Amino acid sequence: MKNGTALSSGSISSTTGELAERIARTAAAGKPIQLMTHQILGYPDFDANYEMIRLFHENGVEIVELQLPFSEPIADGPVFLKANQASLENGTTTEQCLRFARKVVADFPGIAFVFMTYYNIVVRQGIQAFVRTCADIGIRGLIVPDAYPEESDDFLQACREHGVEPILIVTPYTSDERLAYLSRQTGGFLYCAARKGVTGSKTTFGEETDAFLARVRAVARTPVAVGFGIQHAEDVAFLRGKSDIAIIGTRLLTLLEEEGLPGVERFLKSLSGAAS
Amino acid sequence: MSTEPIAADNAIPGATRVLAPENGYYGNYGGTFIPEILVPAFAELSAQFEAIKQDASFWQDYTALLTDYSGRPTPLTHADRLTAHFGRARIYVKREDLNHTGAHKLNNALGQAMLAKRMGKTRLIAETGAGQHGVATATVAAKLGMSATIYMGREDMERQYANVFWMKRLGAEVVAVDYGSRTLKDAINETLRDWVSSFETTHYLLGTASGAHPFPAIVSFFQSIIGIEAKEQVLRTAGRLPDRVYACVGGGSNALGAFQAFHPHDEVQLVGVEAGGQGRDSGKHASRLVYGEASPGIAQGYKTMFLQDRDGQMKDTYSIAAGLDYVGVSPILADLAERGRVRFEAATDAEVVEALQLVMRTEGLIPALESTHAFAGLFKHIEETSASEIVIVNMSGRGDKDIFNVAEGLRDEEWNGFIERKHQQYNG
Repeated sequence: MKNGTALSSGSISSTTGELAERIARTAAAGKPIQLMTHQILGYPDFDANYEMIRLFHENGVEIVELQLPFSEPIADGPVFLKANQASLENGTTTEQCLRFARKVVADFPGIAFVFMTYYNIVVRQGIQAFVRTCADIGIRGLIVPDAYPEESDDFLQACREHGVEPILIVTPYTSDERLAYLSRQTGGFLYCAARKGVTGSKTTFGEETDAFLARVRAVARTPVAVGFGIQHAEDVAFLRGKSDIAIIGTRLLTLLEEEGLPGVERFLKSLSGAAS
Repeated sequence: MSTEPIAADNAIPGATRVLAPENGYYGNYGGTFIPEILVPAFAELSAQFEAIKQDASFWQDYTALLTDYSGRPTPLTHADRLTAHFGRARIYVKREDLNHTGAHKLNNALGQAMLAKRMGKTRLIAETGAGQHGVATATVAAKLGMSATIYMGREDMERQYANVFWMKRLGAEVVAVDYGSRTLKDAINETLRDWVSSFETTHYLLGTASGAHPFPAIVSFFQSIIGIEAKEQVLRTAGRLPDRVYACVGGGSNALGAFQAFHPHDEVQLVGVEAGGQGRDSGKHASRLVYGEASPGIAQGYKTMFLQDRDGQMKDTYSIAAGLDYVGVSPILADLAERGRVRFEAATDAEVVEALQLVMRTEGLIPALESTHAFAGLFKHIEETSASEIVIVNMSGRGDKDIFNVAEGLRDEEWNGFIERKHQQYNG
C-alpha cells in the first residue's frame, strides 16, 4: 500500500473548520478509521430513524448523515430512491426533518451530524435561511451532490459564513486539476465516491481504490472519507490507514428492511470491530 | 410546398440562429447542476458540440442523412379548408408528421447519434414520454449500428404501448420505470442513473430541450431545422413572414425547433401551447407557464420553472398527451416567456379532442395529441385574427400512435367493440 498515511492531527490545519478538527482529534486519540452512517429522514418513519441513531451512538459511530428526502434524487440508487419517495408519501416535510435533527443533535452530542439533500430543497428554503438554520441546530456540514460547485457560489459562501461545512464529492474520474480545486473548496472532509454509478451497489475495493486515494491524499487539505459500495466489515478493514472515514449508507437500510434492528446492530458491531 | 434541398445560406445554422446561452444560462434559467461523476461526460459533450457547430461538413452530413433517410424537408401545407372553416387567418401546417418515425424527434436523435459516434460511443440511452423519442432513438441506433436502452414510465408505457412494441422490434431494450409519477420526469432520472455508470461507452440522447447545459443548446440546435425550412417555405409560398407560429410545449423541443428561425423577427408572434389537462385549478394538468402554479427550481440538472410544492418536491402532472406530461420546461422557453418573446397558452384535454376532430375532417390530417394542442391553442384565439394574417402551426407528429387514447376520448363504441372481439379471440 502506497501513500497510506492516515490522518494525524498535525496534518489538519486549523483553517479547515470545526468538523475537520473534530475528526482529527478523534484520530489523534487512536481511532484508525471513523464511521459515518446514514439515514433517510422519515423512512420508514422518524421513530425508526431515532432508534437507528441510538444504535449508531451505542456502536461508536462518529458521524451521521441525515438525508432530507427529495422527489428527484438523481444520485441515489434504487434502495434510497424508493426510501426517498416512501418518506415523501408518508408526508415528510423539510420542517419535520429540521425538528427531528434538532432533537437528535441535542440527544446525541457524541455524534457529529451532517445533512445530505438535493439543491432544490436548500434553494426553496432560501440558501441563507437554510444554512443559518443548520448552524443554529448544530448541523456540522452539508452534502448536496447536485450543487455543482462552480454554479453554487452563494451556497458555498453561506456555508463558510455560518460555519456549516460544504462537503464536496470527488470520484476516480475527477481530473487532478479539478481534484485540487475541489479539495480547496470542500470543508470538513472530502467525500470520495469510490466508483462511478449511484449509491447502493457493491464496490470492489482494491488497487484502483488505492490509486484513487493516493491521488486524493496528494492534494487533500481535510480528512478524507470513502463511500459508495461499502457493504462489509472487510471493506472498512481495507480502508484502514487509507481513509479517515468509511461511509456506510445503503447496506444499513437494506439490513433494517431485511433483518430489523437486531440485524443492524450485529452489522454495526462488526464494523466497529473493523474500525478500531 | 418544397422538395428542394435546404438552401446554401442555411448550410450551417450558426450561432445567430441558435439561441446562445451565456455560461450555460438563458437569462435566469438553465445552468449545470450535476453530480461530480458526470463532470467528465458533460465536459466531453460540450467540447464536441462546440466542435461540430463550427464544422460545415458535420451539418452537411447531418442534413444529407435527413434528406435521404428521413425524408426532409417536410412540407408546409396550406390548410385551405381549415382556413375557410374559420374565415380568419390563413393557416399553414408544418408537417413534422411526415418526418421518418412520424415526428420531429428524429431530427435530434439523428444529430446526437452522429455526435455520439464521433465521441466513440457505442450505446445510446434515452428517456421517452409518448414513446416518439424512444422510437426515434431505437431507429437511429439501428441505422447507425449502435445499441439502445430506452427508459419509459410505466404509466406512459400503458398509454403508448404501440411505441413500446416498435422500440423493442427495432432492437432496443425498453426499461419500465416504476416509481414516482411513472412518467417522463422519472424516465429522465432513471436514464441519468444509467449514465453515471455507463458514460464511458454510452451517450445520453436526451430528447427534449431541457436538462443540464449543453443539452438544451444541443437539442434546439438540431431541431432548428424545422424553423429554417418553414421560414424559407412560407417566404416562397406566401411571400412574407407569418404573423404567428404555434407549437405545443412539453419539454420544448419542437417549439424551439419551430421558433428559432423566426425569433430574430420581432413581428412574428411565437406561441407555445401547454397541456391544460383538466383545466386550471383541477390539479390535473402540466401547465408550467400559463396557470401560474410553477416556480423557479433546480432539478434534473437544471434551473427552470417547475410545478413543485412548498418544500420543492415535484408535483404529479397530467395530460391526455404523454409527451406533454412533464413537470419542468426548457430553460430557453422559461426565459423567452419571462422576456415576453414567447406567449403561452394552455389547451385542455377536451379542447384538444375537439380540435383533433376538426383537423381530421377538414384537412385529412391526423396530428398526435401532443401536436393537436398547438391547433387547439390557435383555435381558441382564431377569432382575433384577420383574413390578411398568416399563421403556421407546427404539427410535431402524427396521431396514429394515439388510436387507443383518441378512441377513448371520443368514446368510440365501434372501436370498443373491436377491442372486445380481439380480446375474446386471444382468450379463446
